[in-house]
Amino acid sequence: MSDKDVLTGEHFIHGDAACAEGGLAAGCRFFAGYPITPATEVAERMARRLPQVGGVYIQMEDEIASMAAILGASWGGVKSMTSTSGPGFSLMMENIGLGMMTETPCVVVNIQRGGPSTGLPTLVGQADVMQARWGSHGDYGCIALAPCSPQECFDLTIHAFNLSEIYRQPVFVMADEVVAHMTERVVIPPREKIHIVGRKKPTGNPGDYLPFDSAGPLPAPMAVAGDGFHVHVTGLTHDERGYPVITDVVQERNVRHLVDKIRDNAHKIISVEETALEDADVVLIAYGCTARVARQVVEDLREKGLKVGLVRLITIWPFPSDLIRRLADRVKAFVVPEINYGQMAYEVERAAAGKAETVLFGVMGGSVHTPEEIEDLVMEYL
Amino acid sequence: MKRHLRELQPFNKEAEDKHIREGHGLHPLDAYLKPGRIPHIWCPGCGLGVALTAYIEALHRKKFPVDQCSVVSGIGCTGRIAGYLDMDTYHTTHGRAIPFATGLALARPDLHITVFSGDGDLFAIGGNHMIHAARRNVNLKVICVNNFNYGMTGGQAGPTTPIDAKTSTTPMGNAEPGFNLPHLAHASGAIYVARWTTFHPRQLVHSISESFDRKGFTFIEVIAPCPIGYGRPNKLGDGLEEMRYYREMSEVRNGADPGTAEIRLRDKILVGKFVDKERPDFLENYNNLVIAKAQAGKKGRAA
Repeated sequence: MSDKDVLTGEHFIHGDAACAEGGLAAGCRFFAGYPITPATEVAERMARRLPQVGGVYIQMEDEIASMAAILGASWGGVKSMTSTSGPGFSLMMENIGLGMMTETPCVVVNIQRGGPSTGLPTLVGQADVMQARWGSHGDYGCIALAPCSPQECFDLTIHAFNLSEIYRQPVFVMADEVVAHMTERVVIPPREKIHIVGRKKPTGNPGDYLPFDSAGPLPAPMAVAGDGFHVHVTGLTHDERGYPVITDVVQERNVRHLVDKIRDNAHKIISVEETALEDADVVLIAYGCTARVARQVVEDLREKGLKVGLVRLITIWPFPSDLIRRLADRVKAFVVPEINYGQMAYEVERAAAGKAETVLFGVMGGSVHTPEEIEDLVMEYL
Repeated sequence: MKRHLRELQPFNKEAEDKHIREGHGLHPLDAYLKPGRIPHIWCPGCGLGVALTAYIEALHRKKFPVDQCSVVSGIGCTGRIAGYLDMDTYHTTHGRAIPFATGLALARPDLHITVFSGDGDLFAIGGNHMIHAARRNVNLKVICVNNFNYGMTGGQAGPTTPIDAKTSTTPMGNAEPGFNLPHLAHASGAIYVARWTTFHPRQLVHSISESFDRKGFTFIEVIAPCPIGYGRPNKLGDGLEEMRYYREMSEVRNGADPGTAEIRLRDKILVGKFVDKERPDFLENYNNLVIAKAQAGKKGRAA
């Protein structure tokens, strides 16, 4: 039974399946979800695989319930995840806020399709980037990872679980329909080669334990139900003990802790892939399936001797502002191809602060950019 | 950008500890209450104190260690119950106590998990979750305190407000009939359904204790006075008079068909244990029908 959670070996699977396998390898033993294209295959894989390892798959009545259920399971001490796409991601926002406020580790896989509303159920989009960052009301920090291949769906889902345990909050895997439905070689390493962050538990006297301590750079260890710490967990503004306190003074500490634990550790969380930046005049900024096209563009144009580089965002949140700021001092332009009408491009423009031009190449959804059309655009800024 | 913020005032644990310990232990039920959380926020005459006490009495009667108990609640006056109990308690989002508790119960079948929430929380915004959890027969003990209105927001009409009853959003009287909660719970699949008013604390304690002996989704409705939000506009008087009203209007009829338990303003209220039956709960089915096959090597349909 125990060997079935990590399917060490080479596989030929799609991104959705790889997300599920990543979750299982990371120790996820509870999945609550609701069918939605193009994320359904994550749930289907979990429905088949979780019982093999003694875990629980439950299909809820909607995505609101799915998100609530994975928070409940996490407070029961079980690693938990859900998967969805745009319309379901919208419904989850309410309890994502609860997860942020109550500092509850869990993973939400969002396979992006074209929106708004029902949009393009079966076709690609990347227009939930800002929703991931700002979608639930109030201030909180955000961690979101953008896989560009089925292999990365596996790797980054594990990484998402690890980050969610370290920073005690829901972490997003922001894949897209193309990556999720693409079938490629996925290598699952031997168990001992997979880095897993376990849940830190408090020790010592329950009377001294502060479950929502905001003093340190990282959240407090998490006492779950039945541990004997008698924690009160609330979505209300609360003090370090977890007691609701409806004052501006406690609100100040509570919210700043939720934002600062990510902001102050952003340098540790941010992950990018840098290609041919050293002498680049034009730098592409891309993520997800779009980054695959951008890689091709860099290869094609470098072959022609043109000075083009690429920053592939592996974490889309937190955003690597410092890197873009440094690059802005010496490049002519940033070209941002994304499958939306400009989301990450705003972040690039903000960080570039007028020192280099920011050019959005927006495709509204339903198809990926071709290398040729990006190349034509890049040529205009070289 | 440059950030300018107010100076943070750090948490003073020593002072807070002193503050919350002050007077704690004087009440005989303090062992079940989180230090420093009393006085509660409920209005004079509210029925929630009786409901909370009944739950504690039931735990006491069952001799359940509090470490093995957990309460999940939603939003509203009843939603605040979780925060007063000295155990692992979860005060979730509006209407979502049941799906949160579903995750908790499936992760931790070893714990006694009670959902304590109001009629608006469980049956308006959370109605869909309620019926599906009952259908699945998740092992949850649901206690719904019904005061016929949204008390926390100041007395608006809700899913249980009887037809023609007055609230702040039905000033001429309610045009909608209210839900018959035991009927809905029964039809959705609850294995145990009872209704009491806060005038019936002994019966309520008995029902809560009994529900702990059942494995599956149990539902207990507690009719509670809300003299501010509901009693006043409907001329039911203050808290004591509203209790008197429930005493006079209640008719104990154990085993009654839940379909006959509809509540109208100034009409009799059927109370009692209406349903008590057995069927396998979600985890029993899941273990027998799914996990057993999966671990015997049956693959199931390929994903």
